[in-house]
Amino acid sequence: MNPLTEKQLQKMLTQTPSDADLDRAVQGLLARAERDGLIDIAYAEVDSPYGELLVASTDRGVVRLALPTERGHARSRDDVLEELAATVSPRIIESPKRLDEERRELEQYFEGRRTDFEVPVDWSLTSPGFRSRALHAVARIPYGKTKTYAEIAKSAGNARAFRAAGTACGHNPIPLIVPCHRVVPSSGGVGNYGGGAEMKRGLLDMEGVR
Amino acid sequence: MSNEPLPPFQALLDEHGSDVLGYLVATVGPHDAEDVFQETFIAALRAYDGLEHARNLHSWLLTIAHNKAIDHHRSRSRRAVPAGDAEEVAGSVPSSNSKPDEVVTGGDPDLWRAVSALPPKQRSAVVLRYATDMSYSAIARTMDSTEAAARRNVHEGLQKLRGEFA
Repeated sequence: MNPLTEKQLQKMLTQTPSDADLDRAVQGLLARAERDGLIDIAYAEVDSPYGELLVASTDRGVVRLALPTERGHARSRDDVLEELAATVSPRIIESPKRLDEERRELEQYFEGRRTDFEVPVDWSLTSPGFRSRALHAVARIPYGKTKTYAEIAKSAGNARAFRAAGTACGHNPIPLIVPCHRVVPSSGGVGNYGGGAEMKRGLLDMEGVR
Repeated sequence: MSNEPLPPFQALLDEHGSDVLGYLVATVGPHDAEDVFQETFIAALRAYDGLEHARNLHSWLLTIAHNKAIDHHRSRSRRAVPAGDAEEVAGSVPSSNSKPDEVVTGGDPDLWRAVSALPPKQRSAVVLRYATDMSYSAIARTMDSTEAAARRNVHEGLQKLRGEFA
């Protein structure tokens, strides 16, 4: 009887590395890739009272912040990353360390200890023109204050385009940091929110808006 | 489809990182696998946004790993004995460099030593075939050879192992 069958060989050669070995190799890779400037987008997942957020940054700043719910559906991490790969760069790597500052500021915000985000924003995912002007206006609304869609439309250069202002907010790639939850309808109520009206109400309550 | 979008690079690490590291442990040895693993993925990352399609990313990564392993053996053997037999030296490097008990986590140290003593082409072919379960055509693509050569390398490697590891 042959002592070494193909099956035995396969079994003995399949040296699935331990998680610890793989993890150490990957950590070293991250450090090298970082040093060589090969990571175009780093991302991390961050806990929040509303569920898990996904934050992604380029070397220019936060390019995408995904809420647990987007446009009425549970958001999937893979969808967000695939979209970033197709629109910005496929060189995307999970690197919580590189997002330390983003994570810290978001945690402080949800604890009520931070009213302004200091991390820079990368506007790559916002189309230029009206949408970009509208979201820049949204970015200037201070903590605890609100503006109406009509006011945002006016700041963006077209006072009558309040519906388009709503659409711009609906396509905000960086909610919370670009605080579209502070934009409300002039008719009253909190209006729509990508992360759900309940989250919008919760954020405005937390900021002391009545 | 040639315009299938490239997945986020993290997906390659998640899906194939373990196979690449396993392949390198079996070819360059546990002592150097981590370093060659990093060189492999750095090279992949550099080339990634120029890649034209997302097909066969598994064998694309193992091709890079294979080439990095060959480079590694060459530079090792150059350093070890400038005028020596490159294949002989390359094969003996991992076992002379690491203690048997740190050689493999899940495999058999004796078998691993026998595999590492194979000539590089046979070693790569055998490892690709049995450790990463590749088809002969994928091995041929990975090693830039023909399918017939891939079969021959696996067959000859296997014969040698059966002779030595009995």
